[in-house]
Amino acid sequence: MLNNIRVRVSQGTQYIKDPRKAVPVGLRGKPLVAPHACQSGCRACVDACPVRAIALDPVRIDLGRCVMCGDCEPVCPSHKLSFNSDFQVASTTPAGLVVSADRPAPDPVQVSAALKQRFGRSLKLRSVSAGGCNGCELEVNALGNVNFDLGRYGIDVVASPRHADALVLTGPITRNMAGPLQLCWEAMPEPKLVIAVGACAISGSPFEHPDAIDRQFVQQFRPSLYIPGCPAHPLSIVCGLLDLLGIAS
Amino acid sequence: MNMPLQPILTVPVRQLSPLALADLANECRQALGNGSRLLAFYGRPEADRWLVTAVLLTPASGLRVLRATAAPGESYPALTPSFPAVQILERELWEQTGLVPKEHPWLKPVRFEGARQGRTAEYPFFSVRGEEIHEVGVGPIHASVIEPGHFRFMCHGERVMHLEIQLGYQHRGVERLLLGRPPLTLASQVESIAGDTSIAYAWGYCAAVEALGDARIPMAVNVVRGIALELERIAMHLVALGGLATDIAFLQGGATYGRLRTAIINATMRVCGSRFGRGWLRPGGVRHAIHDGHRRDLLETLTAFSADMTEVDALMLGARSVQSRFKGVGTLSRTAALDLGIVGLAARASGVGIDTRQALPGELYATHPTETLTEDSGDCWARLVLRMREIDAAVRWLRTVLQDSRQDLNTGAPVPPRVLAGSTLCVCLCEGFRGPVLQALETGADGQLVHYKVQDPSLFNWFALAQAVRDNEISDFPICNKSFDLSYCGNDL
Repeated sequence: MLNNIRVRVSQGTQYIKDPRKAVPVGLRGKPLVAPHACQSGCRACVDACPVRAIALDPVRIDLGRCVMCGDCEPVCPSHKLSFNSDFQVASTTPAGLVVSADRPAPDPVQVSAALKQRFGRSLKLRSVSAGGCNGCELEVNALGNVNFDLGRYGIDVVASPRHADALVLTGPITRNMAGPLQLCWEAMPEPKLVIAVGACAISGSPFEHPDAIDRQFVQQFRPSLYIPGCPAHPLSIVCGLLDLLGIAS
Repeated sequence: MNMPLQPILTVPVRQLSPLALADLANECRQALGNGSRLLAFYGRPEADRWLVTAVLLTPASGLRVLRATAAPGESYPALTPSFPAVQILERELWEQTGLVPKEHPWLKPVRFEGARQGRTAEYPFFSVRGEEIHEVGVGPIHASVIEPGHFRFMCHGERVMHLEIQLGYQHRGVERLLLGRPPLTLASQVESIAGDTSIAYAWGYCAAVEALGDARIPMAVNVVRGIALELERIAMHLVALGGLATDIAFLQGGATYGRLRTAIINATMRVCGSRFGRGWLRPGGVRHAIHDGHRRDLLETLTAFSADMTEVDALMLGARSVQSRFKGVGTLSRTAALDLGIVGLAARASGVGIDTRQALPGELYATHPTETLTEDSGDCWARLVLRMREIDAAVRWLRTVLQDSRQDLNTGAPVPPRVLAGSTLCVCLCEGFRGPVLQALETGADGQLVHYKVQDPSLFNWFALAQAVRDNEISDFPICNKSFDLSYCGNDL
């Protein structure tokens, strides 16, 4: 008993009071594109990017593809690219995830009145990893730990699709998982939504493979929320969910 | 002083005079009989034939590579009946190339790749016959946040007579994908082959391209990589400890291990920008040095961590409910562990003291040796206790290295090799938290990759989990599974 109390005292208070205001020191989060001009003809960043996330004229980075590896930053001769610790990178459309010098942040998540009314006080998640590398899966798991404590907002992971409102998709959707994913979705009662977590789920990057990946599911059932990252940081996921449902933090 | 054995071997392909497939199998049979381990056994197409490569580990002399050439559909006498440890390697070779190990007792798909994709329903399950036998199928999608895999239990009452594990749902075609880009630009993809083992994979990949490109890597770089690897080991062992605690409803353990893991991975992030060490290691060096501020930060983090860790470990190990739940459950005997050729922590928990960092230390671990710890009982308890002990050992290693003020950790920017040697094979091992991650890269005449073989330690260990569950109750499966903590995507690639 005394040992229990000792461990409890050491545990202290760990929860992040307001996730929107958290400061994840050191995080390589949102990329920044400086406004100054590139050297003409240079495409060093495009060549360095392992996932074809960068387009030129003007320089644009698609966070739906970006794995935030930082490989582009040191190769740019004009020092145009950098990353900061901003984790609020979710958006409600894939097009909203493209950042550039003119559009320094992704389109903010649109609060959905319909979703807020239905799920604003209780949202139950079913996690399906369809080729995920266990990076995003561990971060989705971390949402329930004492630091992020997602349960305080009425948002929890549940053990059955029958109990779930939202399917949290991680991974690029392998051909071997396309069938089970579809079955899980069909087993969920209406109303329901899809949440895409991580670059793989959003765009298939970095595992786009002509033979091994089947993206039909996300083409047919458009996600209501896109949360970039490789893996997505738990704060990106928490804040994306809170924003989507209009929940105060 | 003798040179330490290296965890890496580079061989010009012309030095590998190809044998006939049956002769290669014979050579392997002899080597296995003399105490070598077969680490990898794989093929790649060349012209209209298959080139088969066998990677052996010989205790006294280290890594050794043999090669054979085979016609499509050729068969050879399987090694598995004499050496069950190679069962999964012969299955993988068969699935990837169609070369047939004759008399293989368990010739089933490993991951449903290639033409077998989408046909997971065709898996040839073993069946136990009897009026009172029933089967329970679980997955591929499971109740918590976990990767997919199908488990089928054949039971008599609550007693599991046999568990068959069917994987492949995570197959992303990784090996082929890695051939699609220039060989020096693969780091971030390699980091997410098994995204919980980013450092071990990235290190193996970097070391391989550095060896192929004849780049000299300063000791400071390897020490920083070693620090990254131990931080990953601590963080991932904590995932398993937290999962084990939660699975038996020992909630204080679950909450505390979760919080302690956050402390470690956030310290990793403060050095390199990612909680998983993504973007830290790159060919030719490390992108993030450990400067003096990081050094102090890491040491302070570890000091606070280990005090709390000791406390919660003692609480957990002292609780009778924990002891009664884990002791004697999911036992894998030392003999079974040796027969099945399992690796890493799971092997060490069954009394088999194998660790690449000790067997093939290279300069880094010859200078800064690690401890190879074992437990004897081979049950869930042994794997629980060993994780705690390995975390302690990793903390000790990190402290020793970080406190050594003579050890420079201020590395410069990576200096990648310019070109890779043509027609050369490089095999590299790195002891991640689950065991040795093997990567074998082969270049063509132009220095571009013609083959990239990836092998996660889980490939060997899944079969051991199935054995460990026998004669236990179905309700013990979650703790057995978590105690092994194997990778699905690492198996499925």
